[in-house]
Amino acid sequence: MAEPRFQPGEQVRVINALPLGHVRTPFYIRGKTGTIERYCGSFPNPEELAQMRDGLPAQPLYRVKFRQQEVWPDYDGSPNDVLEVEIYQHWLEKA
Amino acid sequence: MNDPGPYRPLTYFQLMEISLRELLVEKGVVTEGEVAEEVEAMRKRGYERGARVVARAWVDPQYKERLLANGTKACEELGLEIPALKLLVVENTPEVHNAIVCTLCSCYPRMLLGIPPEWYKSRNYRSRMVREPRAVLAEFGLDLPAHVTIRVHDSTADMRYLVLPMRPAGTEGWEEERLAALVTRDSMIGVAVAKGPND
Repeated sequence: MAEPRFQPGEQVRVINALPLGHVRTPFYIRGKTGTIERYCGSFPNPEELAQMRDGLPAQPLYRVKFRQQEVWPDYDGSPNDVLEVEIYQHWLEKA
Repeated sequence: MNDPGPYRPLTYFQLMEISLRELLVEKGVVTEGEVAEEVEAMRKRGYERGARVVARAWVDPQYKERLLANGTKACEELGLEIPALKLLVVENTPEVHNAIVCTLCSCYPRMLLGIPPEWYKSRNYRSRMVREPRAVLAEFGLDLPAHVTIRVHDSTADMRYLVLPMRPAGTEGWEEERLAALVTRDSMIGVAVAKGPND
């Protein structure tokens, strides 16, 4: 299993990459900055599983909290509204 | 005589399903009967299990704490086996409203809520719930005041989510079973609140 590198409360940016194949990082969140909400455990990498490989080492999975206004600059709800998304560690970098 | 409609050839996925099923039966992995039973069981499963969990959390504050700390384990306490499901329960309060969506496909806590409604799988809901949740909730008849924070959870990977709605006012002293009848499927997805005592 890959070592978890991030702590709850830490600022992270989602990598803005465009790999082919089965990816579980939605397009709309790539390149956005948020905060680690919690560590969810480690799971076989779905991008590898989709290629019929074992997905190991398991990738740490986090829930990352984004301010809606960070994700959508024209968001017109409350400035406190948030979006929380599960993202694998290899998609995150320190912000 | 019933009109069976125009002839339509099987789709790619229908063919794949039949081929795989027939292979599994031929190799003795499952029987046709077992497959039929499982399909029946899935069809019958409603959201009653989810409602039981919520009602228990409403009457038992310690259970609620355990449920929020580890949803999967707390379900097991009630005899609800939810294999392959890491359940996160998120709590609604007067200040915070939670709602669930899966923008990538249609991840849904089927073991607790049954088969997802059609709209949950629609592109409309999946794309707009993360973009303009207040407008979407208003279309469900839920107008949240501006001071309530909305937390939208995009179920993109291995977690599954259940919203713990607020217990309706005017239900003090109610039994668990009576409370469970107020817990709707939509209130556990977060597009509605629980029914009131007179609804």
